Amino acid sequence: MATISMTVNGRAVRGEVEGRTMLVEFIREHLGLTGTHVGCDTTQCGACIVHVDGLAMKSCTMLALQCEGVTVTTIEGLAPPGTPLHPMQAAFREHHALQCGYCTSGMVMMALDIARRFGEPDEATIREQLKGNICRCTGYHNIVKAIAAGARAMAAEHA
Amino acid sequence: MRDFVYYHPRSLDEARQLALEEDAMLLAGGQTLLRDMKRSGPSPASLIDVTGIVPKHIEHHEDAISIGAGATHAEVAGSAVLREHLPVLAALVEHIGDPAVRNRGTLGGALAANETAGDYPAACLALGATVRTTARYIPAAEFFVSGRTVLKPGEIITAATFPISRRAAYIKFLNPAARYAMVGVFACSVDGLPSIAVAGARVQGAFRWREAEAALASGFVADSLRDIRLSAEDLVEDLFADAAYRSHLAAVLARRAVALAGGPAPGVVVLSHGSAGQQTPSLGP
Repeated sequence: MATISMTVNGRAVRGEVEGRTMLVEFIREHLGLTGTHVGCDTTQCGACIVHVDGLAMKSCTMLALQCEGVTVTTIEGLAPPGTPLHPMQAAFREHHALQCGYCTSGMVMMALDIARRFGEPDEATIREQLKGNICRCTGYHNIVKAIAAGARAMAAEHA
Repeated sequence: MRDFVYYHPRSLDEARQLALEEDAMLLAGGQTLLRDMKRSGPSPASLIDVTGIVPKHIEHHEDAISIGAGATHAEVAGSAVLREHLPVLAALVEHIGDPAVRNRGTLGGALAANETAGDYPAACLALGATVRTTARYIPAAEFFVSGRTVLKPGEIITAATFPISRRAAYIKFLNPAARYAMVGVFACSVDGLPSIAVAGARVQGAFRWREAEAALASGFVADSLRDIRLSAEDLVEDLFADAAYRSHLAAVLARRAVALAGGPAPGVVVLSHGSAGQQTPSLGP
């Protein structure tokens, strides 16, 4: 066991983990933040995506110990309880961009990475950029619409 | 997955020493290694994380680009230097894995993994890249051997240098599910010599397709390859494509890659079932 410390959703956290403990396991089992999901566990589906130092990464394929000193944002960090939803979350609700909801947190975290890099991306760009996020309800149509709308709302907020 | 001891050394020297211990493995971005360990692949006693101690800068030399092994795919794809001088490589890297994988995976990790369907090994072979390690310089043609590499215990990749080619293109046809290259062909002309490398097709990994290169001696045009067929021997067979299909795909993609490389807008094209092809335009002449 080794000690790890990092900042998660603005809060300094510490924990004792094994070498093989993945970041997603630390987030879910140690910190109790279960909004981040494990889908395929083989780096394909994107349900586990969180932001590490501002970049979308698959937390099922990173060791917790590789995250010493980093800043992590999970879905829970986007809008603290009692505050309005983040514009991207609001867009997912508005456009009914979820069916079972299992992939949703990963979709939203990737959507924010897409908005960061492309501003207001077109449909083709959004679809291409969702290559690593799988929705097995196959509800991509509304997810794509929501990401476009969420990115527009974010751009408008910053205008 | 069996537990292991994790080390994050502060220097390459320290990493080399740790990596010489029994059953130690080096860890970069982990996008191949950690996944394989979960799938009952390697089961090391220790992992030596080289993140942060391997260089990651990208430099333009007179006729080549050098990329630090620690550069992530996102950093390489976004490099202004690379986009200006070797845009085909930036575009190729922009289509490795997916955006989250590209934020984490590195050049050094991809070369050490030498995956059958890896895009980077094909680019290295076709362009004639040189891999630099803590011990030596290794031409790509000698670096990749039969699904593995010639890296010795304790030897760490620090950079790769890619000769610049303006007549270069990469076309890959995606696996319909996992979307890696079912077959990918990199075609280029370096110092007037034609070069063709194929990814995804052969069990042993990417290779230079010498028969196709010889045929291009009569002219770097698609028609030079009209009678070229890839031998079905040693080709990957899975539920998506048998050897005959991959052989056919390699020939078709090779002709298209040569036409693209020799045309007005060389670059990268990604094809999938039912798609007309999405081209990432490269910059410059």
